[in-house]
Amino acid sequence: MKTYYNPEDLKKFGKIGEFQKSMADKFFDYYGEVFKEGALTAREKALIALAVAHAIQCPYCIDAYTVDSMEKGCDEEQMMEAVHVAAAIRGGASLVHGTQMMNKVKELSM
Amino acid sequence: MKSLKAQNHPLSNSQYEIELLESPDFGISFVQKLDESQLYPLKPLHIETLQINMGKMCNQVCQHCHVDAGPDRKEIMTREIMEDCLKVIEKNNIKSVDLTGGAPEMNPDFRWFVTEIRKIGKDINIIVRCNLTIILANPKFHDLPEFFKKNRIEVVSSLPYFSAARTDAQRGDGVFEKSIKALKMLNDVGYGIERSNLILNLVYNPSGAFLPGSQEGLQAEFKKKLGNNFGVSFNALFTITNIPISRFLDYLIRSGNYEGYMEKLIESYNPNAAANVMCRTSISVGWDGFLYDCDFNQMLDLKVETPQSQHISDWDNFTLKNRNIVVNQHCFGCTAGAGSSCGGATA
Repeated sequence: MKTYYNPEDLKKFGKIGEFQKSMADKFFDYYGEVFKEGALTAREKALIALAVAHAIQCPYCIDAYTVDSMEKGCDEEQMMEAVHVAAAIRGGASLVHGTQMMNKVKELSM
Repeated sequence: MKSLKAQNHPLSNSQYEIELLESPDFGISFVQKLDESQLYPLKPLHIETLQINMGKMCNQVCQHCHVDAGPDRKEIMTREIMEDCLKVIEKNNIKSVDLTGGAPEMNPDFRWFVTEIRKIGKDINIIVRCNLTIILANPKFHDLPEFFKKNRIEVVSSLPYFSAARTDAQRGDGVFEKSIKALKMLNDVGYGIERSNLILNLVYNPSGAFLPGSQEGLQAEFKKKLGNNFGVSFNALFTITNIPISRFLDYLIRSGNYEGYMEKLIESYNPNAAANVMCRTSISVGWDGFLYDCDFNQMLDLKVETPQSQHISDWDNFTLKNRNIVVNQHCFGCTAGAGSSCGGATA
């Protein structure tokens, strides 16, 4: 069955440089630097990436950072809490706009 | 759960396993990869460790066990073979003797053997790969921590995770709780306690079809969790990659993860890890005295390729030091990422 997303395409990510090498090289250098141990541990970064992957709903990133989180020793509970962080921010981001709606309602109402 | 052998499972036949490992086309073989790294044929650097498999009998039946060990396995090393091992250790300046199994402690001559090795040299590093639960399995094993201490054994124990769910999924129901009790018994006699000089190292291997992450990062997490949640301390954590043979291979095939796992191992090939594989500094002895390049080759019945020195009773140091190490597709497990050995990461 044809779908827009193919799990096999994740393996080709490194080949995006075929069409534009210098930008791809710069991106992957930056990407590698971001995920190194730093002020945050590589494990903490994997969980942040997992949460962001859910927030932006990228199936490639969800696969990649589920594996990465498991490799770095995160358990199921920690990974699901990271997803809840994404859900809370996404839900909160909708709800906080309720204040804009309330402002407008009040502006227009007698 | 029965062993694959007791089930008469096709994967209990090493020839079938090798054919299966060689059959899919992953685009490149381990030999080709070694050749690209200018490491083929793979040669020993020296022989400093003798890893001795004292038998396949075990009180546990772990899902990933490469030995296919369990209570239904009856193959154990005899005292006669152990006497041959002692001669080799004494004559060839072996620096480290690594006792494994199954549960090596279940061999009735285990304590005699350890005591005799210690008599040969006080500086020989004797390692016992203790599955922890054996200490609680029977009252006759309760004093193992004191025995280990008396003989200055380095204890290396598997604990795949710092919670019960993942540990028990891999090693059996109730194993985590018993392992924590056993670790506390080891801590109580001084093992894993700073400045005690009694070394207790843990082994982490992933409970599924993924590779281990950074040894340093996982060690820090294990120290924090085991210390805070259970009051358990240890020296170092060794991360070990699951090698795709025996029960772990069975799991990979059953779960549909075999090809993905092999591809991951191959794409993670690290030439620095290949240069430091443990088979370059050790020899593995089977329960029946035959010699292998490593414990994994032993389980695949891939003996050292030196017909004139293929059994502990025919040990020829010069021949063995100059042998070509036998490799196959499963060896990608030891060269992926940061590398893997019985002492953890290698690169």
